[in-house]
Amino acid sequence: MNPLSVVARTVCNLFAWFLAVFGIYVIIHGHLTPGGGFQGGAVVATFMAFLLVAHGGKKMQSWVKKDIFTLMECGGLTLFISAGLLGMSNTFFYNFLAKAGGLFGSAVPIGPNPGALNTSGTIALMNLSVGLEVVGGLSMILLYMFSGAHPEESLGREEAGHDR
Amino acid sequence: MNWQEHLPALLLAVPLFGAFIAPLTVLGGKGLRNAWFLFVSLVFTVVAFLLWARVGAAGPIIYVMGGQGWNFALPSGMSIPVRILMEVDAFSAFMVLLSAVAAFAGALFSINYMERFSGVEKFVSLYFLMIAGMFGMEITGDFFNFFVFLEISSVASFGLVAFWRDRGEALEAAFKYMLVSTLGAMMVLVAVAFLYSRYNVVNMAALGKVIEWGMVEKTALVLFLTALAMKCGAVPMHMWMPDAYAEAPAGVTCALIAVSQASLYGLFRVCFTIYGTFMGSPIIPWVIIVLGVLSMFIGVSMAVIQKEVGRLIAYHSVSQVGYMLLGFGVGLLALGDARAMADYGFTALKGGVFHIVNYTMYKGLLFLAAGALYYATGSRNLNDMGGLGRQLPKTMVLFMIAAAAIAGLPPFNGFVSKLLIYESSFAVHPILAVFAMVTSVLTLASFVKIFQTAFLGPELKKFKAVREVPGSMLAGMTVLAVAILVLSLFPTWSLNHLVEPAAKALVDQASYIGAVFATAATGGGL
Amino acid sequence: MIGNFPYLVVGILFVMGFVGLVFEKNLMKIAIAMSVVEAATNLFIITLGYRSGGSIPVWTMAGGGSSRMVLPTPQALTLTAIVIGLATTALMLSFVMMIYRHYGSLDVRDVRRLRG
Repeated sequence: MNPLSVVARTVCNLFAWFLAVFGIYVIIHGHLTPGGGFQGGAVVATFMAFLLVAHGGKKMQSWVKKDIFTLMECGGLTLFISAGLLGMSNTFFYNFLAKAGGLFGSAVPIGPNPGALNTSGTIALMNLSVGLEVVGGLSMILLYMFSGAHPEESLGREEAGHDR
Repeated sequence: MNWQEHLPALLLAVPLFGAFIAPLTVLGGKGLRNAWFLFVSLVFTVVAFLLWARVGAAGPIIYVMGGQGWNFALPSGMSIPVRILMEVDAFSAFMVLLSAVAAFAGALFSINYMERFSGVEKFVSLYFLMIAGMFGMEITGDFFNFFVFLEISSVASFGLVAFWRDRGEALEAAFKYMLVSTLGAMMVLVAVAFLYSRYNVVNMAALGKVIEWGMVEKTALVLFLTALAMKCGAVPMHMWMPDAYAEAPAGVTCALIAVSQASLYGLFRVCFTIYGTFMGSPIIPWVIIVLGVLSMFIGVSMAVIQKEVGRLIAYHSVSQVGYMLLGFGVGLLALGDARAMADYGFTALKGGVFHIVNYTMYKGLLFLAAGALYYATGSRNLNDMGGLGRQLPKTMVLFMIAAAAIAGLPPFNGFVSKLLIYESSFAVHPILAVFAMVTSVLTLASFVKIFQTAFLGPELKKFKAVREVPGSMLAGMTVLAVAILVLSLFPTWSLNHLVEPAAKALVDQASYIGAVFATAATGGGL
Repeated sequence: MIGNFPYLVVGILFVMGFVGLVFEKNLMKIAIAMSVVEAATNLFIITLGYRSGGSIPVWTMAGGGSSRMVLPTPQALTLTAIVIGLATTALMLSFVMMIYRHYGSLDVRDVRRLRG
């Protein structure tokens, strides 16, 4: 796929980073504002889509390989299920970090307030892991669909062949 | 023992963990991937056995995800269960056991069957996701959770059915399956939303406690019945079954059968435990009986004329699902009436439940044997095959066991469950038993056809180089054959220890509801 | 009566999507019809939670809890359903792309090989 005109590319270079920052903001503040893992991850994947559309397939291939997204996806999912299994002393997915004073462990302040980030225990950890996973997953869907639509420009490692 | 309490959660966590790590095993090569596949399958089979043993000893067990204690369903001051629960009673444990055996056999078979493919680590990941979704469907106590697990296992199975992406037919089959299945899942979601809007609970036991009969509940029941019967392959909605079952790789079809049985489990959980005795008129049981009879007849009639082995066996799947619907429909008909229940209803339920386990075992073995035939000869068409009994003796013996079981020949388990269904449906109306017996005869005819065409007869020159299939494929088939033989040689033990607790648990609505609501006073402290 | 208007829209959308699913001949349009059915279902669940005059379901912003809040649980259910719909749509579009690569046509009548 050919890159778009220089106007589109310049706008992308300037504004794409706002997408990334906004997406990460939505992921991290999932327990305070509307949003969370999936929604923020979808916004960051839109950032990848923006780069892909504006700069074209060849440039994208030189920047990222598909393997890094597989790693992000599996890493996010493993973090998620570990957060569930670590609470096994009580039950599966028990929130063992809430009110315990450590990472994400403060108590929630009562009454109207702007929201404290350090609260809510494993919910925040699970938001982060799901966000990581969704970024990896959706970006991989984008890249695979791109290489499916343009089979002559391979993005990354070519599949070794199917039925032999 | 502490870890025994966490068995329901482990049953879900183990395949999920296996699915999440599987794409990373590509770094270690084929050996690591196959070892991971085998290891996780073994672990979840063991967990399933332990769970079944525990439920048999201790009665229905509940598990609260993320709660204070594993059996603390009602926090103090509340009378509605607000957490996501898993509730395993004897029927769920029975389904979990047979699903685990079928999944293990499919996994063993696929280790060697898929070796010519690329991307098998993703196959392993999708397989474990489908298994996790199936287990979740069978042990959950919450309707929306049931929908989520239904969709997890469905989406994973779409990818698996289309795994042979070099064949256009596989993609077409997967697309057709996907449309029908997603529409069904949307109908399930609408039904759950109807019930939620009326009663403000999605928990199965709580719904069973407060539900009353009205227009909204009728609509929800019809939507559930249509969607879940569609997922099992009952007749007006069976079109996806021959395509999807025949085009999927054989190990996947073995597990896909168990996934369809989990939808059948969902249907009967809704009918028996939630709606129970106040279904009003006997229309719904009669609809299920008529669907069952139609499926039996149309399935077997379409099967006799097929030329491809996989499609033929898949049409038989449709007819066998008809047997189960007939058995459960007769049981549902007798549900409100204690005398009818003792006469023929409970026998029908036992027949239906026993048929579920029999069907999964012998149909899985049939599909694996058909896959072995395809692996050895490279062809799916019966017209091309002949005289393979000399080159594939072990496959022939295993196929013979499965074919005798499905046809209902006397020493095998198929005969016992079909006899229970004949007896009880005869008491409702004689013509139902006549349909069932004619179907059985036609089933025998089509399996004699396959056996004679593929295995017997003079040796063909083009198959001179064919050798017996590799070890792991034989091991997978042997697991299922051993299960069939155990069920056949010990029918009294199977009926008393496997089937009767499951059938009793299905009818016993009070103990299902009581398991959740009795824990208000016990459990971990607040 | 005016409060029932969203449910009417849900019904119309569901029927439109279903009719499209059954009668369309182009694979992409079938996938779009499936998305319309999913959208109708999600709209139905969201609408169930609405309480007239209610505020967003945040305890500290609802005027001290004395005024009504809309129900938050259907919103959580709908989010899950949207994510599931996304996965299904992505897979469906991938299949459409691969069927096109195999057969060169997006018409359902040309693609059908499995009969009987």
